[in-house]
Amino acid sequence: MSCPVLGKAFFIESGKEWIKNMKSQLENIKALAEQELSACTDLKVLETLRVKYLGKKGELTAILKQMGKLSAEERPVMGQHANEVRQYIENEISSKAAELSAREQEEKIKAESIDITLPGKKQQIGSLHPLTQVMNEVTEIFMGMGYDVVEGPEIETEYYNFTALNIPENHPARDTQDTFYSAENFVLRTATSTVQIRTMENRKPPIRIISPGRVYRSDAIDATHSPLFHQIEGLVIDKGVTMSDLKGTLETLMKKLYGEDCKIRLRPHYFPFTEPSAEVDIMCFNCGGKGCPMCKNEGWIEILGAGMVHPKVLEICGIDSNEYGGFAFGIGLERIVMRRYGIKDIRLLIENDLRFLSQF
Amino acid sequence: MNLSMKWLSDYIKTDMPIKEFCHRMTMTGSKVEAYETEGTEISNVVAGKILSVTPHENSDHLVVCQVDVGEASPVQIVTGASNVHEGDWVPAALNGSTLPGGVKIKKGKLRGVESYGMLCSLGELGLTLHDFPYAIEDGIFILKEECTAGQDIKEVLGFNDTSVEFEITSNRPDCFSVIGLAREVHATFGEPLNIKEPTFKGNSEDVNKYLSVNVHNKTLCPRYIGGIVKNVKIETSPIWLRERLRASGVRPINNLVDITNFVMLEYGQPMHAFDLRYVKDSQINVRNAQNGEKIMTLDEVERELSEEMLVIADSEKPIAVAGVMGGEFSGIMDDTTTVVFESANFANDSIRKTSKKLGMRTDASSRYEKGINPENTLPAIKRAFELVEMLGAGEVVGSVIDCNNSTSVKSVIDFDPEWINGLLGTDISEKEMIGCLESLNFTVSGGKVTAPDYRTDIAFKADIAEEIARIYGYDKIESTSVRGVAQGHFTTLQKFERLVKSSMTALGCYEINSFAFISPKYFDKILLPADSKLRKTITITNPLGEDTSVMRTTALPSMIEVISKNYNNRNASAKLFELGKEYIPSENGELPEENLILSIGMYGEDTDFYTLKGTVDEMLANIGIYDCDYERAADSKDFDEKSAMHPGRSAVIIKDGVELGIIGELHPVVLADYDIDIRAYAAVLSFNKMFEKSATEKVYKALPKFPATSRDLSLICNDDIPVAHLEKAIKKSVGSILETITLFDVYKGKQIEEGKKSVSFSITMRSSESTLTDEQTDAAMKRVLKALSEAGAELRM
Repeated sequence: MSCPVLGKAFFIESGKEWIKNMKSQLENIKALAEQELSACTDLKVLETLRVKYLGKKGELTAILKQMGKLSAEERPVMGQHANEVRQYIENEISSKAAELSAREQEEKIKAESIDITLPGKKQQIGSLHPLTQVMNEVTEIFMGMGYDVVEGPEIETEYYNFTALNIPENHPARDTQDTFYSAENFVLRTATSTVQIRTMENRKPPIRIISPGRVYRSDAIDATHSPLFHQIEGLVIDKGVTMSDLKGTLETLMKKLYGEDCKIRLRPHYFPFTEPSAEVDIMCFNCGGKGCPMCKNEGWIEILGAGMVHPKVLEICGIDSNEYGGFAFGIGLERIVMRRYGIKDIRLLIENDLRFLSQF
Repeated sequence: MNLSMKWLSDYIKTDMPIKEFCHRMTMTGSKVEAYETEGTEISNVVAGKILSVTPHENSDHLVVCQVDVGEASPVQIVTGASNVHEGDWVPAALNGSTLPGGVKIKKGKLRGVESYGMLCSLGELGLTLHDFPYAIEDGIFILKEECTAGQDIKEVLGFNDTSVEFEITSNRPDCFSVIGLAREVHATFGEPLNIKEPTFKGNSEDVNKYLSVNVHNKTLCPRYIGGIVKNVKIETSPIWLRERLRASGVRPINNLVDITNFVMLEYGQPMHAFDLRYVKDSQINVRNAQNGEKIMTLDEVERELSEEMLVIADSEKPIAVAGVMGGEFSGIMDDTTTVVFESANFANDSIRKTSKKLGMRTDASSRYEKGINPENTLPAIKRAFELVEMLGAGEVVGSVIDCNNSTSVKSVIDFDPEWINGLLGTDISEKEMIGCLESLNFTVSGGKVTAPDYRTDIAFKADIAEEIARIYGYDKIESTSVRGVAQGHFTTLQKFERLVKSSMTALGCYEINSFAFISPKYFDKILLPADSKLRKTITITNPLGEDTSVMRTTALPSMIEVISKNYNNRNASAKLFELGKEYIPSENGELPEENLILSIGMYGEDTDFYTLKGTVDEMLANIGIYDCDYERAADSKDFDEKSAMHPGRSAVIIKDGVELGIIGELHPVVLADYDIDIRAYAAVLSFNKMFEKSATEKVYKALPKFPATSRDLSLICNDDIPVAHLEKAIKKSVGSILETITLFDVYKGKQIEEGKKSVSFSITMRSSESTLTDEQTDAAMKRVLKALSEAGAELRM
């Protein structure tokens, strides 16, 4: 940018003429700045203009440097005038800067538009196995009802797996057809009731526990059987625990798992470790109890076993059966998971195919 | 147990709808699995009398029959069978009838001659020779039953029965019988029970002249009753008897065999019949077998016996395995004339063991195994003889020989209504309780309950409570909450377990669920040395197969197997984890240790060793374990699974001298063993050691007040110097003002001398007390360079 106004001749003049000249120079600067600023469309150009007019070596500064030559009376007048011009230019520059940067921002934003329909960059959160998810859910339901979670060994002695549960020596459950034995004559526990026995031996009533875990039965793998599956067993021991408490507890569980509409029924059954014993059915969701192929026309689907702890079992564990009583129940986790998600083949829960696992 | 409703009605009235019957029986404890009414698929089939048989005008092998089906005029039916004659009674499927298997019969022309239906064979009615032994298999079923023209064939053949399948629980062996179930029906519905004591006449002879019975082992045979029937006439049983057997799922054979089966089903008491000709010296000896003694059983298999087994023997050899199966040569044959009937009680344990050892499970043995009532033997044999006389199957000789050493002790239990209501949470009146008990044939008097002798399962107050509850109705018990307030807790360990799992899922890994038992071959597949401690396992003696025969001592093979399955199922990439158990045998007969192990496996395009390492580091940080050392896996003392890892691409993770786990790329040979043809990565970490090393308490550090200063360093060093060594040197030399060291580049190749590498770090320093001066920073960097030089790295120019 050239500087057409200023010249050496200007400085050697003096007196009124010089002042008059100075004043008109200021006016010229102002006019020119106004013109140049209004034409400016670029922030970089605006910056050079700012340097040109207001910088240390700028035109206005050059004029102001001559102020010393003025008389004491002239100086404030001219000073004020110069400041007005300076103020004017500063304002213009800053409003221009605001305008230009707003426009620049707008253009940049316009240019940065993307196709928001392109797929997102893949992030991955894994998930817990559906068995764990439902196990956690059941655990939390019981924890809310005041139950502790207790775990125990999967490889057990015959005593804990059978004898202490009042299962006689000759009971078919002890058969090698049903139960896995190790060379050391340990058994792979067939139910997590073993944990209940261990708990009753070690804790004094009141007891409220659930014992989730893996259990083993000698069943070949097919769509509905697996030699290894999961159970959640529950045990409550206290004074004055009743069978109606058992019924209420199981009803609460099933409603929390399957919704308020869920109906259950208890029907008499036999387990060596409970008396009275019950099998618990839920009303078939599919037909609402009328009977359909899903429930084998019964209207009900067996879901768990339960009962009042057998006095013999209490005595075996050193609990006075005249003073204390309680109930126990056992739930097959796989069955609940399969029902919950409509899984027809238990093998899916064992095969660990990512296409299956990633659905949960 | 399949119950014939017709048979049941001999004892009690059952006229409610079958569905209601089944429901109410289920609710009092006799669970109905299914029911089936015979002949529901058969309709519009009637008995017809053949009036004439004439040749077919267009066929040599067809004949035209005029059949009287009870209508005004006979119907014409064309058949291809050659066994029909004038005067025969036959099943005639009329126009529009249905037969088993969804077959529909319509009138039509056969070779130009009108046929208004079809004459049926046994098979077409869904029957076999066992149901009607007098019929022939290929040909029309010529009826020998009483019938009238036009009578529904289902009625003629006894097809109006419904068979109900009960699940009988193992505590109720008495319910494996028609009479047992009739008692339950009585308790359920209240209709009167009509059980008559069976009676037989017997001739005036002395049975002891025909037979002697000697029980040598009275413990294993508490009661043995034998009797003789002479002049037997082996023939087909009457239809009512065959019908009842058929509805119960038992094949009719001949009158004598049918009688033994009939009584077993009706009374629950197994019976056996021997041909007296083959009982040497007419002697029955109930004794233990001798080791090595042999018997050919009815199924034509020669069995070797051992001394703990009980046999029925004559004077020289076993003629039956007691309570399990009879001998081939002493059974009933067509020319049998004199029969020994046996109604005996054997110890359930002994029968169970014998049947198991011989691999023979029969209707009889399965009943004996459950334990049956010795009192039942006498009524059963009386019933058998009553039937013999009723059927005219033979002449019963005198009375029976009864060797009774049983002691029947009836259970007597305190009657405590208050306790029972307390247990059940009910408010049942004493009177109602007594009503329930009496309906089950219990007696209540003087504050005591006495159970009937067949109820061997009753021993405790709780048993009485159950009897009352099931007849009162479980459905009438209210639902209540357990009294008292309790607070459930997770233990610290359980919380930690959840934290580990949630950390893994947050890091993008999916949880798997693998088997705890594996094949011992897996140890070879992961190249485990022959002397590895991991090869010492808990071994299952009766596994389903070798694949699941040992309890795993390492979780790694299961994880690799799952990786392999996923890879071969064409899942392009996978990140998996499992928090599962390893089972380590203990000494001195102690239970094995069950240790939780976190196993991780991954593969895929963007996955390498460092992906796995980053995942593990982040997981460890999240559970409160920082600054682990990674050393070559080969140096691991605790983890024999290192054999499965690529030696140059695997590490043992160490925290304060404790090996937490190992991590690495799987060995190419292992990958090949598992049919994985890409690189895959795995880690196993001890849950207990992680728990031990985890900083459970989080400590808050104030946010920095003063600015940080960063310096970047590019170094040159020998390729084999681990970066971690350089990091350690930096860490030590910078001292307390060190905030972070970030490795941002490792480079080998152009411009770098062969065998060397360039390593670049960014070092951030900060003081919590003041802004660092240039002098402080420069001094620190001087120390760093000196230390690095000692560690073998120089500044890259």
